[in-house]
Amino acid sequence: MTTTIDLVSYEDALASYDPVMGLEVHVELGTNTKMFCGCSTALGAEPNTQTCPTCLGMPGALPVVNATGVESAIRIGLALNCEIAEWCRFARKNYFYPDMPKNFQTSQYDEPIAFNGYLDVQLEDGETFRVEIERAHMEEDTGKSLHVGGATGRIHGASHSLLDYNRAGIPLIEIVTKPITGAGERAPEVARAYVRELRELIRALGVSEARMEQGQMRCDVNLSLMPKGAERFGTRSETKNVNSLRSVERAARFEIQRHAAVLSSGGTIVQETRHFHEDTGSTTSGRVKEEAEDYRYFPEPDLVPVAPSREWVEEIRASLPELPLARRNRLREEWGVSGTDMQAILNAGALELIVQTIEAGADATSARKWWMGELARSANEAGVAPDRLAITPAQVARVSELVAKGELNDKLARQVIEGVLAGEGTPDEVVDRRGLKVVSDEGALGAAVDEAIAGNPGVADKIRGGKVAAAGALVGAVMKATRGQADAARVKELILEKLGVTEG
Amino acid sequence: MPGITREEVAHLARLARLELKPEELDHFAGQLDDIIGAVARVSEVADQDVPPTSHPLPLTNVMRADEVRPSLTPEQALSGAPAQEQQRFKVPQILGEEQ
Repeated sequence: MTTTIDLVSYEDALASYDPVMGLEVHVELGTNTKMFCGCSTALGAEPNTQTCPTCLGMPGALPVVNATGVESAIRIGLALNCEIAEWCRFARKNYFYPDMPKNFQTSQYDEPIAFNGYLDVQLEDGETFRVEIERAHMEEDTGKSLHVGGATGRIHGASHSLLDYNRAGIPLIEIVTKPITGAGERAPEVARAYVRELRELIRALGVSEARMEQGQMRCDVNLSLMPKGAERFGTRSETKNVNSLRSVERAARFEIQRHAAVLSSGGTIVQETRHFHEDTGSTTSGRVKEEAEDYRYFPEPDLVPVAPSREWVEEIRASLPELPLARRNRLREEWGVSGTDMQAILNAGALELIVQTIEAGADATSARKWWMGELARSANEAGVAPDRLAITPAQVARVSELVAKGELNDKLARQVIEGVLAGEGTPDEVVDRRGLKVVSDEGALGAAVDEAIAGNPGVADKIRGGKVAAAGALVGAVMKATRGQADAARVKELILEKLGVTEG
Repeated sequence: MPGITREEVAHLARLARLELKPEELDHFAGQLDDIIGAVARVSEVADQDVPPTSHPLPLTNVMRADEVRPSLTPEQALSGAPAQEQQRFKVPQILGEEQ
């Protein structure tokens, strides 16, 4: 079943309409146990080995809230500049679907633990955009379904489904933005930058690893268009479970183009959920909202209210780490790099690695140079994040130390790094085994220089005649003779010295 | 006082995945109306000074430490399942969309 979807060009869409977005992000907390019972949350366990009467919804089982789950929710709320509720309750969200054995999800309804905040995000060009936060509330994850009998493991065409409830009950924090207006053509970029900043924040707080590829962080993108200059929002669509930064941007962009096509041909947008498809970058219709949206929320009778004392909240506030945007701005100044450079470092996933390399003794310039040059290339070629490379920040710092001491030149240093990446050992071991040392023996170097001068009399004459630039050819000859293991700057000095020329 | 309508009962029945016959819709509409009416009498005596109560006990902040407790074995967990496959709960074909 394929239906073609009409799109208008992105530029045309933005010429006539203003996009309004709402982003809902679910973060799985990294607690040891589930939100309402003591079952482990460890990933990768055999199916249904981490369940108990509570998370299986057995009659009579009573949930008890995980204190660390509540504390994490407050940490997230405070870091998002939210107010923290003095008193709030859990609520049952009732629905029939086999991913929750209880037939309801324990969530929060009109009393979220955190509300009214904001998160400043930085766009590619360094511009800051403030995203207002509506709320952050506590809830629990659902079980995992395996659909059997269909062609692609999808629900359509499946003969039956198999449920693993290990994930059911893992703490989730849902963070909801207020409508994001005024971003115009940059709306998809804002969406991506917001989810990325939120991910950095969650990691900095130490409440979750927030790995999107593992489903620890998932985003729903609500989007609507209104004619330029209008004040009333249009009807929205909700694209569910968009699971990478790139997809968040693509989904928003696609929906802008789709909505514009529907609206400009006189049609109306159906309020519905949509599914995003990674392969095509498009969305397809899910379920129509009006039909299903009746969850009959009511206060959860089995859990007593959560009333975080102001003392506790202030204690948590005082323990917050330096937040990512402030930290990046501080490092940017310390390292003396531009906003664009910093953005590139962040995009490459190299920020922490550079920080650790500097902490291990390297200077900022060389730490940045290696991680953004040689190592970024290697990571790219291998198709992995740079932190997965077989070299540690301490090893990079050692290489940079050897360069600073003059024991390696750049070319040799690159070979050392190549050796470390290939599993040949530590930088020092690679230096020994490959025999990579700058020839610092002045006698040997002097002889190589004499030889180069003797072998290139024409060039030598030019240099004697004042054409210092010609020395490059002789330096090249010496480097070749020493198989690259000479300090090029020193070679040049020697050549000029021997030919009686001073640079200037 | 006209309370619960036939349409509301039909809506509730659908949410609860109950199949009701037309005559049952009328029947339950009347019954539900009586029940709601009886419960509504509470608000006649509850004045402004009586806040809505969801929990009868004056307790807050009952929490547990984030420490792992033993889970059921998969055999125990699945022992009440009408059907199982690959150590998972087996459920019939799902017709609706994911929630």
